[in-house]
Amino acid sequence: MTDVTSGGNFYVAGRAGERSPAAPRGGARAVRLPPERLPPGLRLLGPALVVLAWEAASRLGLLSPATLTAPSTALVTGYQMFSDGSLLPHLLASAGRAYSGLFLGVLAGVVLALLSGLTRTGEALIDGLVQIKRAVPTLALIPLVIIWLGIGEAMKVFLIFTAVLVPVYINTHAALRGIDIGHIELARTLGLTRGEFIRHVALPGALPGFFVSLRLAVALCWTALVVLELINTQTGIGYLMNRARDWGQTDIIVVGIIIYAVLGLVSDAVVRAVEARVLSYRRSLGS
Amino acid sequence: MTFHRPITPSVVLRDLSRSFRGKTVLDRVSLEIPRGQFVALLGESGSGKTTLLRALAGLDDDAETAGHFQVAGSSSVLFQDSRLLPWMSVIGNVTLGLRRPDGRAAALEMLEAVGLGDKADVWPSTLSGGQKQRASLARSLLREPDVLLADEPFGALDALTRLRMQALLLRLVERQRPTVILVTHDVEEALLLSDRILVLKDGRIAEDHPVRMPQPRRVDHPDFAGLRQTLLSSLGVEAETV
Repeated sequence: MTDVTSGGNFYVAGRAGERSPAAPRGGARAVRLPPERLPPGLRLLGPALVVLAWEAASRLGLLSPATLTAPSTALVTGYQMFSDGSLLPHLLASAGRAYSGLFLGVLAGVVLALLSGLTRTGEALIDGLVQIKRAVPTLALIPLVIIWLGIGEAMKVFLIFTAVLVPVYINTHAALRGIDIGHIELARTLGLTRGEFIRHVALPGALPGFFVSLRLAVALCWTALVVLELINTQTGIGYLMNRARDWGQTDIIVVGIIIYAVLGLVSDAVVRAVEARVLSYRRSLGS
Repeated sequence: MTFHRPITPSVVLRDLSRSFRGKTVLDRVSLEIPRGQFVALLGESGSGKTTLLRALAGLDDDAETAGHFQVAGSSSVLFQDSRLLPWMSVIGNVTLGLRRPDGRAAALEMLEAVGLGDKADVWPSTLSGGQKQRASLARSLLREPDVLLADEPFGALDALTRLRMQALLLRLVERQRPTVILVTHDVEEALLLSDRILVLKDGRIAEDHPVRMPQPRRVDHPDFAGLRQTLLSSLGVEAETV
């Protein structure tokens, strides 16, 4: 009895010149059309090379600290700011704004997408409005929102909220509208009620689209924040970076950039981990 | 298969026509199917056999329809693609929309009967094509439908799996005795399974053959070859090519 594994071993172990009796199907010489899965960690190769080159350029004097600080200096500065307690309040202020806006935007985006994706009245009332909002850049609303809400926290959270709402709505709505017609027919022949259809067919079917939108939203809330923290504030990572620009402290600017990058990556990883758990029924290529 | 067969019609069609964007697919079809009869619908692609089945299933009701049809009691559809929801376990799929208090126990029993007793809690994506179709069959029969509407249910399966599935379908149908309408393009499948074979041509019923061979049927039964030849030539397959 030869099973698949030992058959594979036999093929691999076959000496040069020997002809394998088994066809090399899936064997070492089979052509792989999609690239093979990357071993964990190798994804970081590119970023690591850039950081190394940057550090080297700084050490060799090719890069003046006034233009761009060395990554090692930025790390030291970041560590100092963290340990003397001057960083944390700013980080918390930024995170508070970003995540309140994210929470409200995702909530509203999903609710609007459900109303619009599952009812005709909803679509008639909501879809056009959101499409118009999509065409207007969030930052173009800043002057108006400042007149309405002032220059305080409400304005910042509101603008993040509107920035996040659009992609969440668009993707979730598209996913709800793109339900497999076969599944709709199945639901009809099984005599599902509208409630059962929404719960068992429409919502689970729209979840992958929702997760795509969530990843976009998580990235967007931090992006919007950078600009908004240039306006009338004494707290936040954006404020720190802006002040550092006035004083020519490129190390603090780099610290801010690193914090944004880390927060973006971590947030994305969290969403992906949740997604992998929730959508565990899917077996797909890559991650 | 001649006992307990009341003559009350289970499915009635009266001059049923259906067209899609002006193109007539069903053309004044009239038909009566007694309760418990196993009917095979044969026909070339585009002859209207799937449209007829989908009409009985209550689908495509946005098409232009004339005439009327009636299906007595409950019906259940067996699709060619098993249409299992990928985000639900096999048993979740099988019991979806089921309104019976003993749903889970009955579903486990039905999964056992179709040979998926150990697959109740797995995702459908881990099943083979034949297993998916078994799950789909379990989902349909668990509802104990009065009419089972099967749209080329074994068309996408390999030859051996198809034979096994045909035997399984026959066994389960003998147990529940629903009326069965099986759309197929496989003449032998129709001959092995059905009590009556209808040939559709251009949206009309062109031929109506009773099949009187006893079950279990064998391809070497004397009636088999003759009827097979008749059906093949009415489907436009020339004698020398088969």
